[in-house]
Amino acid sequence: MRIGLFVTCLTDTLFPDTGKAVVTVLERLGHRVEFPAGQSCCGQMHFNTGYRREALPMARGFAAAFEGYDAIVTPSASCAAMVREYHPVLASGDAALAGRVASVAPRVHDLATFLVNVLGVSDVGAYFPHRVTYHPTCHSLRMMHVGEAPVTLLRAVRGLELVELPDATTCCGFGGTFAVKNPDVSAAMCADKVAAIRQSRAEVVCAGDNSCLMHIGGALSRMRTGVRTMHLAEILAAGGGA
Amino acid sequence: MSGDGAGGAAAGVTRRAVAGVGQRGTMPTYLGMPAFPTAARAAVANSQLRRNLTHATTAIRTKRARAVAELSDWEELRQAAKAIKDHTLAHLDTYLLRLEANVTAAGGHVHWARDAAEANAIVADLVRAAGADKVVKVKSMATQETGLNEALARAEITAVETDLAELIVQLGDDLPSHILVPAIHRNRAEIGELFRRTMPDAPADLTDDPPRLAAAARAHLRHEFLSATVGICGANFAVASTGSIVVVESEGNGRMCLTLPRTLICVAGVEKLLPSWRDLEVFLALLPRSSTAERMNPYTTIFSGVTPGDGPSDFHLVLLDNGRTATLADEVGRQALRCIRCSACLNVCPVYERAGGHAYGSPYPGPIGAILSPQLRGVGSAVDASLPFASSLCGACYEVCPVAINIPEALVYLRAQAVENHKHYSERAIFQLSSYVLRSPGRLRAAQRAASFGRLVVGRKGRIRRLPPPLSGWTDTRDAPAPPPESFRAWWARTRGGAERAGLERADGAERGEPGAEGAGPGSSGAGQ
Repeated sequence: MRIGLFVTCLTDTLFPDTGKAVVTVLERLGHRVEFPAGQSCCGQMHFNTGYRREALPMARGFAAAFEGYDAIVTPSASCAAMVREYHPVLASGDAALAGRVASVAPRVHDLATFLVNVLGVSDVGAYFPHRVTYHPTCHSLRMMHVGEAPVTLLRAVRGLELVELPDATTCCGFGGTFAVKNPDVSAAMCADKVAAIRQSRAEVVCAGDNSCLMHIGGALSRMRTGVRTMHLAEILAAGGGA
Repeated sequence: MSGDGAGGAAAGVTRRAVAGVGQRGTMPTYLGMPAFPTAARAAVANSQLRRNLTHATTAIRTKRARAVAELSDWEELRQAAKAIKDHTLAHLDTYLLRLEANVTAAGGHVHWARDAAEANAIVADLVRAAGADKVVKVKSMATQETGLNEALARAEITAVETDLAELIVQLGDDLPSHILVPAIHRNRAEIGELFRRTMPDAPADLTDDPPRLAAAARAHLRHEFLSATVGICGANFAVASTGSIVVVESEGNGRMCLTLPRTLICVAGVEKLLPSWRDLEVFLALLPRSSTAERMNPYTTIFSGVTPGDGPSDFHLVLLDNGRTATLADEVGRQALRCIRCSACLNVCPVYERAGGHAYGSPYPGPIGAILSPQLRGVGSAVDASLPFASSLCGACYEVCPVAINIPEALVYLRAQAVENHKHYSERAIFQLSSYVLRSPGRLRAAQRAASFGRLVVGRKGRIRRLPPPLSGWTDTRDAPAPPPESFRAWWARTRGGAERAGLERADGAERGEPGAEGAGPGSSGAGQ
């Protein structure tokens, strides 16, 4: 199986350790990972803010960069959902592009479902002796329907104590440009999410999307809570296969 | 109104069916509202309001989930409801004419209203013709939408709201903040104070004990029911095959209004139609569980025209367009017309829970309001232009919607329209520039290098505590991450080198050769391995 890593522009630019972690986990499981250098951004921010014309070149670039891969794996359920759900919408006016998108989009997987549902793996050989809570991000839950996959992976991590997050399925208030366009409501939502995280008494809050973690982590840091955010991939890569 | 009843594409056909279609509607009460973010700021800062809303929405969404889980075929019911509504909307002309014929045959009168002003004028004329200066009202979203009470007041007709929560809103000279529970923003202490202050026949020793508040309202309303000669209602459903109107309620006050007065006037949006009673069955299973989390609502009143010696002797149905056919003409936006006003989407919405209903500047708040109001009214006002952006796109609304309206899809679609219609030049420039950078691997890499240098200035300790506007909206309450010394892309090129490195350079070369051809750059690079 030819696996292409779609690292996403956010993780590429601000959270490179997550990208390295995805490579570590997949290689530990015996797969070769390629990083198509032609990739950039899926265009979600532009599309979701209403700038469809500006998002179209990115859908075009994505289809070109990832043509020829059997599986396209990404550490962002949100970007995966953008490609699967909305690249066909963007491409609808261009028959040639629509054909390429129709062929590429279904091969995009977020890391957790790729590991559990495609590779059939639940134990990736990680060791992470910390108390962790998991925030199911909205797009992983309601667009990519990852279900129990992330929790299945976390339960198999040695040393990890998984604690429940109250009101886990409530949005953290990030929502892309929503956080900037509606800062008061966004901050109120984030404050409630942070309260729930503190209630869980976790040391680490983990999720499958760095955008949501950047939001939650920004508030945890500002409030000096001492709670860390970590992408699921980084926990799965921890411990070097111990 | 022509007699053309042929089937065909929804938009074209209904253009013939209802005169003057395609125009936007109005909701007079709410004009001049500030944009959503401004209105929401005050709501978020009101701790009493936050507490009232969190308490109420948490309770009802938990109960709804339990009521829905009882049915093993919920998803099938939901898909059936979606299919029935889509079919009806696609053949609206046929069913509207069938409804008109059957209401008329049953002794009722049908009136057609293009917009709120026409509907209000028709109702005011009918009330005057009945010789009345007071009407009792069943809770109705359509008449909230048209601003009927205010229009009647201008015609010197008093409208008495008889739904308990609508009465609370009316006595407080307030606006509704929820589709099902219009006074959801009030707690019982506030209601007790309001009744003592505004209800002329309230007992002097009235406390805020809920049974005593209900008893006070009951005594107050009983007099109104017995003295009114005209009742006004909306419709949850209108069954075309028999010309029947269906009103679903909890209190029984609606049934008082529907049965006691001599004259009954129903104002219903044209999208309330269902072809037959078999279709109705599906909705009577979905609606109570979605709205009040009940298996069955306490009162369902169904009537067809008039029956001598039984209930009102004079029945009028006012069919309201008010922007609906313009909405129907839109392939993505039209799904909002499937809405049955259950309010499940409000109760699960994290934005609604914190901003409250008033911030939406419409009788339709919450997620459904964010897609319905801008379509019915257009995006000419500040609040309507801001509504499609009043969502984090979390999708909880779509998940619970009993008619499967994909609200997030409609929101991003309406955002695109808002961006086209409102030229925010500075924002557009930012998005054009960021698109120019992000679409190209080479330019993204250059920007990442610049950011890595920049971190030395802005991001000591890996955190940025203050950014300039518009990003200050973020850093007012949250730190931002500082860029790392090396991007993933740079790390890959440095450590994996070789073939990958060559691929990277080919991508850059293609980019330089054809800066404007977005597809060509990344396309020619391919996988590069």
